[in-house]
Amino acid sequence: MSRTRTPVVTDWFTGDGDGFRLLGTRCSACASVFFPREDGHCRNPGCPGGDLEEVPLSRRGRVWSYTDSRYRPPSPYVSDPELPWEPYALIAVELESERIVVLGQAVPGITVADLTVGMEVEVVPGVLDEDTETTWTTWHWRPVGVTA
Amino acid sequence: MTGDVAVLGAGMHPWGKWGRSFVEYGTAAARAALADAGLEWRDVGSIVGADTVRGGYPGYVAGATFAKALGWQGARVASVYAACASGAQAVNAARAQILSGLADVVLVVGADAAPKGFFRPAGGDRHDDPDWLRFRVLGATNPTYFGLYARRRMALYGDTPEDFAQVKVKNAALGALNPYARYRKRVSAEEVAASAVVADPLRLLDICATSDGGAALVLSSMEFARRHGSADPVRIRAVSTVTPRYPNTVLDLPDIATDSAAGAPPPDETFRASIAGAAYEEAGIGPEDLSLAEVYDLSTALELQWYEDLGLCAEGGGAKLLREGATALGGRIPVNASGGLASFGEAVPAQAIAQVCEVTWQLRGDAGDRQVAGARVGITVNQGLFGHGSAVLAVR
Repeated sequence: MSRTRTPVVTDWFTGDGDGFRLLGTRCSACASVFFPREDGHCRNPGCPGGDLEEVPLSRRGRVWSYTDSRYRPPSPYVSDPELPWEPYALIAVELESERIVVLGQAVPGITVADLTVGMEVEVVPGVLDEDTETTWTTWHWRPVGVTA
Repeated sequence: MTGDVAVLGAGMHPWGKWGRSFVEYGTAAARAALADAGLEWRDVGSIVGADTVRGGYPGYVAGATFAKALGWQGARVASVYAACASGAQAVNAARAQILSGLADVVLVVGADAAPKGFFRPAGGDRHDDPDWLRFRVLGATNPTYFGLYARRRMALYGDTPEDFAQVKVKNAALGALNPYARYRKRVSAEEVAASAVVADPLRLLDICATSDGGAALVLSSMEFARRHGSADPVRIRAVSTVTPRYPNTVLDLPDIATDSAAGAPPPDETFRASIAGAAYEEAGIGPEDLSLAEVYDLSTALELQWYEDLGLCAEGGGAKLLREGATALGGRIPVNASGGLASFGEAVPAQAIAQVCEVTWQLRGDAGDRQVAGARVGITVNQGLFGHGSAVLAVR
């Protein structure tokens, strides 16, 4: 039985392949960018408050810092308790034009040994976990030049 | 300048993993603080509890829970929650009541009974809760954020894992001297290096545990202290409970991203630096006046960050200050003479109160083998989830 592919959070990202992008919102008055998206009111206290328009975030950024999870995170993170825990890397990425740092998991196979602060990475579609009916999709950061 | 309030009594229940109710730890600490103050519970006009989110409904109304356990006597009650800053906000609520004349004597109590393993979000599918989302989407436990900060320091300032380990070595040596600490054993750098990596580059012994514990303070007006025969009490001169300024450009728990600086320039100082800054400003005291500091060492690397955010050294100078021995007992500015969270583990709503207990004992000269000689001015500082942070400045 095929599973339905569903984003783990609605409207945080869109597209496939090279067209994959994180989605934020931008204030039409002050140009502040929000991720996770802010759809209510601009949070810049010095801004009168403009329209919040959906914008794709830059595809590439530079590593602000990184770490990993050597132990199984608690629920609501989903992992199969029957399988040995496989650590994954977490990367905080600075997007130059938005002047924002966004956290994400690294693509599978990338470990902290592959990363350095300042390295260029790009956002790619990924799978967070699967249950019987659904493949829950997410975003991953991948060092530029790595194609795996 | 606001006015001073007197610290008449301080009390704690030892930290540990005792497997009992937070109410028991809190009331034990409260009774100890009252005995230390030489006051009866019925002398207290107001009680402020620091809430725990791990004790069910009684935890959300901690002030009333402790008041009932001590025996209803009609005191005014308040309960506050501010993540890791809860205890200091309880102190501040008490201080505000005293300075406004609403109460003469206020009992402040915080206690927690912590689960084994990682802290986790409240149950249920809550897609609008950043704390739930960071676990669901990223599996980002608290230690992973500490790992990010530590790696960033290594890249920017050249800190090394060996520097981080030396923070643990220092704090464990001090905790060994503190009867209220959970871990009372010296630790070597080799033992830190041999402990398992939890969130690269941090190892198990770099990261503070979660603990059971309780702490309490009896605060009063200066006028009451004089009438009570306490002519020269420890005085709280400032309490900082500031929030961040937009855009907050340092990734803070439990956020998945920072604010964007595309629409407004970042503030001159980071949120963490502004926490101590507000206390210094309110007290008219600077970092050069400090005798000691109690900082929130959720990780070894974070303690070094606090040195800089407190103005004990320039940005990036934390590891050098540590290596020089300035922050050890006998150094220029001892930090975490209590042993810190490294020796206690975190009992969230009690921790910021425990920091003030330690400063109180130090300023009274009652800190035993871990006494900072001639201590006159002490600061406590912490930061928690959702834009909370606090600092308490006390003098004698």
